[in-house]
Amino acid sequence: MPILETIGLEKRFGGIAAAHDISLAIEKGARHALIGPNGAGKTTVINLLTGVLRPTSGRILLAGNDITALLPHQRVRLGMARTFQINQLFLELSPLETIGLAVAERLGLGNDWWRLMGGKAVLAREIAEVLERFRLADVMHERTAILPYGKQRLLEIALAFACRPQVLLLDEPAAGVPEAERQELLATIEALPEEVTVLLIEHDMDLVFSFADHVSVLVNGGLLGDGGPEEVARDPRVKAVYLGEQLDA
Amino acid sequence: MTAMPAVADEVAAYLARRARWSPLEVAFWVFVFATIWLFPGQYLIMKDTAILALFALSLDLILGYAGVISLGQAAFFGLAGYFAGLVAKYGLINEPVIALICSGLVAAALGFVTSFLVLRGSDLTRLMVTLGVSLMLGELANRYSNITGGADGLQGVTIAPVLGLFGFDLYGHNGYVYCLIVLFVCFLLARRIVYSPFGLSLRSLKGNALRASAVGIPVERRLVAIYTISAAFAGIAGALLTQTTAFCSLDVFSLDRSADLLLVLIIGGTGYLYGGLIGALIYKFLQDWIASLTPQYWQFWIGLMLVVIVLVGRERVEGWARAARVAIGRLGARVVSRPAAVGAPPDGR
Amino acid sequence: MLTILFDGIAYGMLLFVLACGLSVTLGLMNFINLAHGAFAMAGGYCTVILVNRIGVPFALGLPLAFVVTAALGALFERTLYVHVYARSPLDQVLFTMGLVFMSVAAVDYVMGSSQQFVIIPKALQGQFIVFGVGMSKYRLLIILICGLLTLALQLIVAKTRFGSRLRAAVDDQRVARGLGINVGAVFAVTFAFGSGLAGLGGALGAEILGLDPTFPLKYMIYFLIVVTVGGTSSITGPFLASILLGIADVAGKYYVPRLGAFVIYTIMIVVLILRPQGLFARNLAR
Repeated sequence: MPILETIGLEKRFGGIAAAHDISLAIEKGARHALIGPNGAGKTTVINLLTGVLRPTSGRILLAGNDITALLPHQRVRLGMARTFQINQLFLELSPLETIGLAVAERLGLGNDWWRLMGGKAVLAREIAEVLERFRLADVMHERTAILPYGKQRLLEIALAFACRPQVLLLDEPAAGVPEAERQELLATIEALPEEVTVLLIEHDMDLVFSFADHVSVLVNGGLLGDGGPEEVARDPRVKAVYLGEQLDA
Repeated sequence: MTAMPAVADEVAAYLARRARWSPLEVAFWVFVFATIWLFPGQYLIMKDTAILALFALSLDLILGYAGVISLGQAAFFGLAGYFAGLVAKYGLINEPVIALICSGLVAAALGFVTSFLVLRGSDLTRLMVTLGVSLMLGELANRYSNITGGADGLQGVTIAPVLGLFGFDLYGHNGYVYCLIVLFVCFLLARRIVYSPFGLSLRSLKGNALRASAVGIPVERRLVAIYTISAAFAGIAGALLTQTTAFCSLDVFSLDRSADLLLVLIIGGTGYLYGGLIGALIYKFLQDWIASLTPQYWQFWIGLMLVVIVLVGRERVEGWARAARVAIGRLGARVVSRPAAVGAPPDGR
Repeated sequence: MLTILFDGIAYGMLLFVLACGLSVTLGLMNFINLAHGAFAMAGGYCTVILVNRIGVPFALGLPLAFVVTAALGALFERTLYVHVYARSPLDQVLFTMGLVFMSVAAVDYVMGSSQQFVIIPKALQGQFIVFGVGMSKYRLLIILICGLLTLALQLIVAKTRFGSRLRAAVDDQRVARGLGINVGAVFAVTFAFGSGLAGLGGALGAEILGLDPTFPLKYMIYFLIVVTVGGTSSITGPFLASILLGIADVAGKYYVPRLGAFVIYTIMIVVLILRPQGLFARNLAR
């Protein structure tokens, strides 16, 4: 059973279909990339998956459960987390507090207004784990607003990871990251645990081909190609779309 | 992959440390309670300051921590104030402490019911809606003057002695002690809330509500919760006023009160719990001083202060205030050689 | 009942003239001017001084109220408001509230706290009886003047060049600037005009609404309701909202006196929940 499945997902804004007939089946542990030219609707798909947008029609199944009607925070609890193309961080909090937020929420402590945060040892352990994995331990007390962009991007992913999702949706994780900090970022993404399924939206073809075992191509809101990276790279329709775009640009 | 013990230890140490009472905090409260004996002739104004501090604390909880702008705290203040007066007047609840708690609950109920109004809409909408509710209650109180006493205020309120032992007298000694204790208890509660996981999630709502929900935080539910809690605090402040003055009038709902509150928080700063208290102290001191110069037109000077602060730039003024607090905090820390002080809020700002 | 309708319409149109300046300012500059009522008060007191104390005829006192208040508005706009346009809503609220407090205290100091009445010429006192319906002459005048003003406003906005510049600036400031429209000048003129209208409304309304130093505080919520319910992207929106509120308020106070004012507050809150951009506004994403 695929861990994440969409059936005929569609989103219309007035007369325009930002996404139509999106049917994906992603297996557990997969590294699935979603590529496509600008404006193809990739972020729309992620917004539909995470519940930020309501689909006009179609269904979304997470581990077999129909989550189409669930609110974003409910989907997170069921194991789906995402990152944003443009960092959405808590600028006034430190990485420690930011990760602490997510971990506390996941451990079900979010409603606890009486217990002081220092009370639970498992909290500290988990926060430390995430900080280390994402190489944020050295900046854990700094205010997020003053962190270098690369570290912020790592924090962006770390925050989603701290929710211990079954499915992690990464929206252009490498976007805007300066060359010097890219390697760290890419290595961190490579090192994500096998149990976590990753759906990656990317423009960077190097990252896609080195990381993904499965690629879907989205053009004008519809799925064009679907398969292993080499297959998709050889597909003449895909080439036309990308080359065509380059000619126009 | 387990973390190196050093990192885990550091995280644990930080979490444990952040909620610890700093010496400056302890000194602050020692001083506050010492005023009972230090300034025996000033009970009335000190009592007013304590009530204002609690009221400001209630706004700080939603404004400073959850980022909700509200001009309507007066609604809870006034509702609880009238409730406390009415139950005392008609002998429904004679023990003031119980009446106080019930008034807080009544205000909390109103907060809960109106919380959905502040969930959606822009800041502008929130301002107007909260203002509207507060003015509306004032209008209601005016209409039902046979119950509330209308413009004359609620007459004939007599408050029984607290716990049957401590009566409220003209000099205000017992009233002041009562208010201080209530303020302290509420403060402890707020402090607990703020340093809990719940409290941390509130700050995420203020920072980035979109990301908060993307991390699994039920944004609306948290906002409703803190708004209700804040309403309870505001209500307790209002009930305190009625109980210690044996009187309640329409001006508890006035725009003045909500405006003064914002001014107090601007002066004192938001987001670190002591802003309301320190702001109230400074504000009352200013008011007393200016009132001695021009008794009738205090409102003019408040207005002028607001205008000047905004023109100068609220962030700049808050920045100065923050810098002053940090400086005092560092001074305090050097005196007692301990790392974190009350002047620096938990996020190390 | 028709009298109530008549009174309600008069009240509503008065509200409109008072509030439309606020609506345009909010729609145009996204600026919450809670001190709008202070300009209305200024106009009222101006007329009181002119007509009662100096003996200027009523017919002249009204336009003078407009002119003086418009000038006041222009002055304040250029010297004070212009610094606060870009600020957060909270800052704007604090600023304008500060102005309100200052104006209320200042007027109290200068003119005293008792209610003032404008001496109305004999010709306007009393009422006509038309088909058994009593219509107060003064209210008839209000309907006439306000009606004409509304038509004039609608014409200006819809037909003149200034009007089209105004509409452009309301719709999208940046694009308007890019087209060469002097948005700052549009602001200044509009603000002055809106304040002048408020002043005129205050002068006209002194008889019906009562004029004392607390006027801005008392009526602020009414203006806010008009703007909330009517939206800020048209003239007709606030107009219809004012009429609706005027009738609801008068009828409410007559039929259900206990809850009279309650009715309009409830309408405001319901509208704010259901349609945050106002009942009559176009669907703008603001």
